[in-house]
Amino acid sequence: MKTAATAYLFAYKREWHLKIEISRNISKWLVGKNWQLFPHQIAMLRSRHQIAQLLIAPTGAGKTLAGFLPSLMELEQKRSHCLHTLYISPLKSLAADIKRNLTVPLEEIGLEIKVEDRTGDTSSYVKRRQRVAPPDILLTTPESLALLISFEDAPRIFAGLRRVIVDEIHALAETKRGDQLMLALSRVQALAPEVRRVGLSATVEDPEAIATFLTLSPQECLIHFADPGPTPNIQMLEPLENLPWAGAGGRYAIPQVLEQVRNHNTTLIFHNTRAQAEIFFHELWLQNEEVLPIAIHHASLDREQRQKVEQAMVNGELRAVVCTGSLDLGIDWGDVDLVIQIGAPKNVKRLVQRIGRANHQYNAPSKAIIVPANRFETVECIAALEAVRENDLDGEPKGAGPLDVLCQHILLVACSGPFLTDVLFKEVRATGSYRSLRRADFDECMAFCINGGYALRKYDRWQRIICRPDGQYVLRDPRSAQRIRLNVGTIQDTDTLKVRLQRKRGGKPLGEIEELFAASLTPGDTFLIGGEVVRFENLREMIVEVSRKSDKQPKIATFTGTKFATSTLLCNRILKLFEEKNWEGLPQETKNWLQLQDDLSILPKRRSLLVETFPRQGRHHLCIYGFIGRNAQQTLGLLISKQLETKGLAPLGFVATDYATLIWGLEEVLDPKSLFSLSEFESGMDGWLAENALMKRSFRAVATISGLIERNFPGQRKSGRQATFSSDIIYETLRKFEPDHLMMRMTRADAMSGLVDFSRIRQMLTNVGGRIEHKRLRKLSPLSAPLFLEAGRVPIEGQAIERMLVEESELLIEEAGLKIKVC
Amino acid sequence: MDGYHFTLAGADLIAFGSGALFWPEKDLICVSDLHLGKSSRLLRRGGPVLPPYEVKDTLYRLQTDIMLSAAQTIVCLGDSFDDLEVESSLLEDEVSWLNRLQAGRCWIWIEGNHDPGPMNIGGTHLKQLHIPPLTFRHIPNSSQSWEVAGHYHPKAQISLRGRHYSKPCFLLDENRVVLPAFGTFTGGLKTQSVKLLELMLPNALAILTGKKSRPIPMPR
Repeated sequence: MKTAATAYLFAYKREWHLKIEISRNISKWLVGKNWQLFPHQIAMLRSRHQIAQLLIAPTGAGKTLAGFLPSLMELEQKRSHCLHTLYISPLKSLAADIKRNLTVPLEEIGLEIKVEDRTGDTSSYVKRRQRVAPPDILLTTPESLALLISFEDAPRIFAGLRRVIVDEIHALAETKRGDQLMLALSRVQALAPEVRRVGLSATVEDPEAIATFLTLSPQECLIHFADPGPTPNIQMLEPLENLPWAGAGGRYAIPQVLEQVRNHNTTLIFHNTRAQAEIFFHELWLQNEEVLPIAIHHASLDREQRQKVEQAMVNGELRAVVCTGSLDLGIDWGDVDLVIQIGAPKNVKRLVQRIGRANHQYNAPSKAIIVPANRFETVECIAALEAVRENDLDGEPKGAGPLDVLCQHILLVACSGPFLTDVLFKEVRATGSYRSLRRADFDECMAFCINGGYALRKYDRWQRIICRPDGQYVLRDPRSAQRIRLNVGTIQDTDTLKVRLQRKRGGKPLGEIEELFAASLTPGDTFLIGGEVVRFENLREMIVEVSRKSDKQPKIATFTGTKFATSTLLCNRILKLFEEKNWEGLPQETKNWLQLQDDLSILPKRRSLLVETFPRQGRHHLCIYGFIGRNAQQTLGLLISKQLETKGLAPLGFVATDYATLIWGLEEVLDPKSLFSLSEFESGMDGWLAENALMKRSFRAVATISGLIERNFPGQRKSGRQATFSSDIIYETLRKFEPDHLMMRMTRADAMSGLVDFSRIRQMLTNVGGRIEHKRLRKLSPLSAPLFLEAGRVPIEGQAIERMLVEESELLIEEAGLKIKVC
Repeated sequence: MDGYHFTLAGADLIAFGSGALFWPEKDLICVSDLHLGKSSRLLRRGGPVLPPYEVKDTLYRLQTDIMLSAAQTIVCLGDSFDDLEVESSLLEDEVSWLNRLQAGRCWIWIEGNHDPGPMNIGGTHLKQLHIPPLTFRHIPNSSQSWEVAGHYHPKAQISLRGRHYSKPCFLLDENRVVLPAFGTFTGGLKTQSVKLLELMLPNALAILTGKKSRPIPMPR
């Protein structure tokens, strides 16, 4: 039986007549289905001998067929069985889905082509067999491919390879997984020089960048653009009632959302964070009187639960799914006819891609509704709608290939057998992201892999990789190959703990929560997971045991989720909206609010920085409208409050949103302009960052990827945890003895652009160029008011940890009824 | 002297925030589980290349405690070396630093499961050490009392207003004190683990290491 998804994969009924020499079998099959090829599919078939080609197409445009058609043509004529086409997708489930969807048509056409997938879920028996007798088409993930190239028999496996298809390449290009994939492909290309690459991408702002990423540098990559289809029908929710001043959940809109669900076949309801999705889903069900079948889907849910939802969706059993980025990519679902985005989209490109999930009939417009979560977000929503209409997509320029990924690649190559550094360097430079890699950096990564590259030469006898007399490098100890392979990959486990029902209640796994959140729970606390309220019972061997509760309200409202920062493009569009005072489309109350701000203070502008100071409730406040996204505003809060502390202005705390930072303290800041000096910030960063938990988190990621820390050990035992020690210790040791080691430099670079996002602070200061507008007000301004309602206040600590520790230990001693002298 | 003062079997002892135990009456300082040479051993076995500074860092901290307490007797309570081969991987200046610390002091290596035999590195090698009323041994012996032991690397976990906080700690009851691991590259075993729960009496204390040593009821 043909699934709905199969139909979408191959459905391209259009009145288009093009003569192309496709094989009789395939054209007979097409005719039999009354299907015809799209122009971009034909174009890609024609230029199939190009070294690399990239297809930019919206969902539903037959991307997958466009990718596979050249392979099918070639495979039809192939006699001997060997690996011909490698298909790589970021999602395991997508690989499995494609397998299902290829098998049926292949049978219908009558092609004897073996298609298999190879992911983390594939059994080790099948994996071994695949190495001996590979299928014609292998569907896999970046991690599984990285493992494949590390085997000694890699040259044999890839010898006959002709084509590589990289699906969802726009998503891969943004992450280290993509860099790892392209490095692995550079190796594959060295083993099979005739390989042709195809990239399949959603709509992106900079197709050239993706092309550079894909191609075998310095060769050209051909870019094909599919017809983008009709402009999406996208609107802000109407009518907007009871719009709150702050918050991000969008709960006020539940009745309207339910109304929309009722009026459509299937609705996807996107949220920016898992926590918000959980809360919204819970509240939605409390109001879902008709019991419409609505499910939830996000990455922290247990895999089985997720698969159930996906299956129900494919079977058309659901009217709506509340979801997060976990559904940004993946299987095309037939019946989705509405996408609802709750909360400001933060990023135009992602919004467009989400909208594309609705209506997979290529020639009908997608329908979407965005729901601002608070008053300010109405402005961001309008700005985003404008951007979508003008097809103005955001994106940060892709940086150079990260060195930690390169270190892992070198180790994996070493696992496969002897290699020459000059040859490997040339291979690596043929990868788009590493095309400008300096030899010095490569050599440093090499030195790191050999003996750690430390200034203190202690390990010369025990080098991890040694140079043989013939100049080839090999692993010293063959045992390390197994250890290196066990730690392949660039995805970091954010410290999460599994949640399951108590053993006596069945022990069913429910999902995961962050370790920090788990640590804050005490037995009896209730929280939300998978849309249900559960009660925390205990923590057993790193598993959070819970029981079900019938409470309507969880005691603990939320857990920390990753917060996307609003993109630079969107921030600039908001500021432009302010400047032009073109407020059409905004609700009247928002207009009034902005007008009031303009009367009492001023509205923020693009080429200057607005800073307000005002007293409130016995505290002095400083509000900085940087419009640089939440992470950077947060960092700004830390840096400024540090300066205030040095100046003796006694800051007490701050809070940051995507647009502004509010700092409060005991003294008035009379000359805020003097606070914004780049050199001051930079030196502040050095001191503050080194101690910061974000830095330690970045270090752990970098050190794990580059192979300094192992997540998995051979024969890992459950007990004996005292044998492993925290990466923080290694970080502190390096900081003390060799602060400029390669690992530390990579960590700083990662932290600056990622969670700390200092790059946007630097960018802002450059743009502003000293034009800082200080408004000294008698009371709070309209625009600053919502900041007072914002959650996530950061107290300024100084001695706070030590103080809290004293309090807590004394409290515990007292509670236990012990009388002890504390020295 | 800074630290947590307590009495075990009538002996007045001080738990330093560094993880060392001081016995003023005997001018004796005791540290456990230095695991010197851990990074070399991991590498020798095909593991990762950790920073080679862990011996220096451990010796530096040990030296600070010796100077501070002016102790004349130093007891290393086992697992001082990560294995018996480590000796050959110590750098010349690391060995001479160790020898300088030993000069003019009574230095005792108690054997541990990682370093069961004597090493050619100065000091006296003993299976265990008895200085009435206390016995120093590596692995705690639950059938004995009045002992000073190590081996388990105990660490305590507490929650500070939602902030997860974990520190190596001493464990103390009327029978014994279990020392935290002193070595730089060492991890910890939570006080909630079965081994430690069985070993310690219900009213045991955990003395957290850190800038200051702080007692709390042993987290169970």
